[in-house]
Amino acid sequence: MKARFIILVLCGLLALPAARAAMPEIQHWTTASGTRVYFVATSVLPIVDLSLVFDAGAARDGNKSGLAALTSRLLTDGTAELDAGAIARRFERYGARVATDNSRDTARLTVRSLSASENLQPTLDHLIEVLSNPTFPAAALERRRAQALVGLRQAQQNPGRVAERAFAQALFGDHPYANLSQGNISGVQAVTRDDVQAFHDRYYVAANAIIAIVGDLQRPQAESIATRLAQALKPGSAAPALPPVPDLKRAKIVRRSFDSSQTHILIGAPAISRTNSHYIPLYVANHVLGGSGLVSVLADEMRAQRGLSYSTSSTLITAAQRGWFELASSVRNDKLDESLQVLRNILQRYAASGPSRQRLEAAKRNITGSFPLRLDSNQDILAHIVMIGFYGLPLDYLQTFPKRVEAVSQPQTRQAFQAHVDPSHMVTVLVGPKAVIGDVSTD
Amino acid sequence: MTRTAIVMLLTGLLLYSTVCASADDSAPSTEQWPVSEYRLDNGMRVIVREDHRAPVVVSQVWYRVGSGYERLGRTGISHLLEHMMFKGTAKHPPGELLRIIARNGGRQNAFTGRDFTVYFQQLAADRLEIAFRLEADRMQNLILDAQELAKERQVVMEERRMRVTDQPRSHFGEHFNTIAYPASPYAWPGLGWQADLEAITLAELRGWYARWYAPGNALLVVVGDVQPEHVLRLAKAAFGKVPARATTHPHRENYLQAPGERRLVMHSKEAKVPYVLLGYQVPSVATAQERDEIYALMVLASILDGGKGARLSQELVRDRRIAASAGAGYSAVARLDSLFVLDAVPSDAEVAIDSLVKALREQVQRLQSEPVDTETLERAKNLLLADHLYELDSMFYQAMQIGMLETAGVDWRMLEVYPGKIRAVSAASVQAVARKYLIPSRLTVGTLLPQTPPDDDAQTGNGEGRS
Repeated sequence: MKARFIILVLCGLLALPAARAAMPEIQHWTTASGTRVYFVATSVLPIVDLSLVFDAGAARDGNKSGLAALTSRLLTDGTAELDAGAIARRFERYGARVATDNSRDTARLTVRSLSASENLQPTLDHLIEVLSNPTFPAAALERRRAQALVGLRQAQQNPGRVAERAFAQALFGDHPYANLSQGNISGVQAVTRDDVQAFHDRYYVAANAIIAIVGDLQRPQAESIATRLAQALKPGSAAPALPPVPDLKRAKIVRRSFDSSQTHILIGAPAISRTNSHYIPLYVANHVLGGSGLVSVLADEMRAQRGLSYSTSSTLITAAQRGWFELASSVRNDKLDESLQVLRNILQRYAASGPSRQRLEAAKRNITGSFPLRLDSNQDILAHIVMIGFYGLPLDYLQTFPKRVEAVSQPQTRQAFQAHVDPSHMVTVLVGPKAVIGDVSTD
Repeated sequence: MTRTAIVMLLTGLLLYSTVCASADDSAPSTEQWPVSEYRLDNGMRVIVREDHRAPVVVSQVWYRVGSGYERLGRTGISHLLEHMMFKGTAKHPPGELLRIIARNGGRQNAFTGRDFTVYFQQLAADRLEIAFRLEADRMQNLILDAQELAKERQVVMEERRMRVTDQPRSHFGEHFNTIAYPASPYAWPGLGWQADLEAITLAELRGWYARWYAPGNALLVVVGDVQPEHVLRLAKAAFGKVPARATTHPHRENYLQAPGERRLVMHSKEAKVPYVLLGYQVPSVATAQERDEIYALMVLASILDGGKGARLSQELVRDRRIAASAGAGYSAVARLDSLFVLDAVPSDAEVAIDSLVKALREQVQRLQSEPVDTETLERAKNLLLADHLYELDSMFYQAMQIGMLETAGVDWRMLEVYPGKIRAVSAASVQAVARKYLIPSRLTVGTLLPQTPPDDDAQTGNGEGRS
């Protein structure tokens, strides 16, 4: 026991120097109008990546699911002087890549530009003009609406996407997280131009935004960029906290018939928030169970040992409110019963005893040792500082994360799993042919 | 080692000159991006690109074999063998290959294309040797076992069901390729036909492994925080012991460059949205008689679809509103002739599918009949040049670019000349390649049509969750 402990400490030491060396230095300040800014200076590559992130995701849709998505897509579709095409072409002339998208929690504008001032300055000038005065032209709304409807219909031809939708509905019910980021057909059909304008006026404001910048810039340049971007927005106020995610009242099976050669399976329940003291142990526990690719318990048993599935994994999803646990698999229709039996057995066994010591130590080494890989490009760094900034994580989050993983013990993982992942209280979604999913037992 | 060449990669230099000729000073120093190239005594090639931004490394072993080397009746054998490569050797029993890299904080996987099968690891830079030892072991000592094959064959069939059978668009793409490549091994899917997957024997897999997994047919690409001479020492120690074996490559099967116009009409029960795909058979970097034509085709694709401001989005999506999305693309890096594709999704059920086909063909005709204006040409080129620089942000992608070019049979130094060649493309050369290659006899028109119109009421998620 003692000898083993020493070996583990040494392994940790081996892993950490590399992780430290890769750690980006995050500079943070707040603009006069209340926008939090996160900046990492990198050199070598003459490029700049920038994200402007609003608390304006699908969770803010209200009763028109799709309002957040349409607003995000319309953001760069018109000013008093320029239409969508002219706006896009001006960015493209300088080699800039500009995109908007949204998730449940966020609406995001991302810009990738060359850092040479001949490219960056006109790109920023143009961006600020576009952000200051979006006009949401009625014709652009109709075009975006038609596109969104096509996208939603396309999702209906994909059994995995059908499963996701059913899963969100069953997991969250009336909670705003039931809204998928792209919305739904009736919501998208109902959105008016006034809705978009009001949504923008409420949520696309300085106090409800963060700015993240990574690239070949000095601090004064980054400050000037952030100040100009924040000034392009109305001051406004931060969005109120979302309601807490309720517990599932009981286990349920949701079936969606689909004429596919595989049945798609999603199993899960609301789980844990990132601020919970069990978060890191649970993260590690899930890594062993289904979060580490082919070496995870689920992939090993479903794929390597039995040949039942190409892809079986589990994910611990975090969000502004409590996140959720999601196990995903797809299997041949005639193997559904066997597969469900295997998955349920794994979950129950795992809930009872947690990860083996050997698997736990291997997982910890994997997470800490691979940490530098998560931060090896400007885009990776940007994604992490957006996460830190948007969710208000401590600035030393990246430094402490490997150490916190290193400190996780076997009893902690078991306790965390038992406290937050209860296999007897889960939603099971099955998407496959009616005859296949119809007679699956509910226990 | 019989040959050593150290070369500087010029990618990124002079990039801004299309926008502002004075911006060259701020381009990255080429000394920060050196590439070194070696050949081991057994014929294995090693290419190392230094990127010291983070203390990590990506290692990729590329074998020059893939679905484009296969024959009908045994399609999918390269990909099935890729799966079996994780099943172990005497030294590393099944699963151990995976666990060693995972324990060492690494990621690993593999992928199979038409011209290549690739095994990769991403690790902290000081652990590169671990990856090399595993790859050298399975290059020569793989155990192909009947029981493991029985399970893995099922896994691959599940992969096929998930990726193709149950995805109307992928299913359609598979059909499309059989027609767009009427006399090319690119006609069949990388995953193989289902009947072939069932038929491949253990003996055939052993034969495929023995034939292609030789050091002389392998290329090691390493990108990351490493010193090239050190990488060479590690590579010699690990791979240098693998005995040399001759590999005979097939000739380039480039038949029927212009087979005649073809049409695929596919009705799908599961498709909810129609789709149009046009594919012109065109030369690749490897088959082009005149390499400059390749760059003109790349610029042409950027003119049509370089961004949301480009012609297809502007004219089909915004002005005419007949498409929800429309795109164009050219996969230049291939061993055999490739396709220049245009595609579109109608904006709603009222749009006749043939009018969308017609609109895409009119875009091609316009490129043939009138030279592109300077503003459009420069914008298309600026985007290609900027993207080329943005791509340097990913070490994995840098390694991919080198490996793809080399397995297509083209020197990776094409990356060096790329910016200058793109800049040199003229309106006249774009018009010339449009006239020469985007012609009906090279064209396949495919349409995917839902059997029944979409039924909005059937949308799952609007209603109550059923229990």
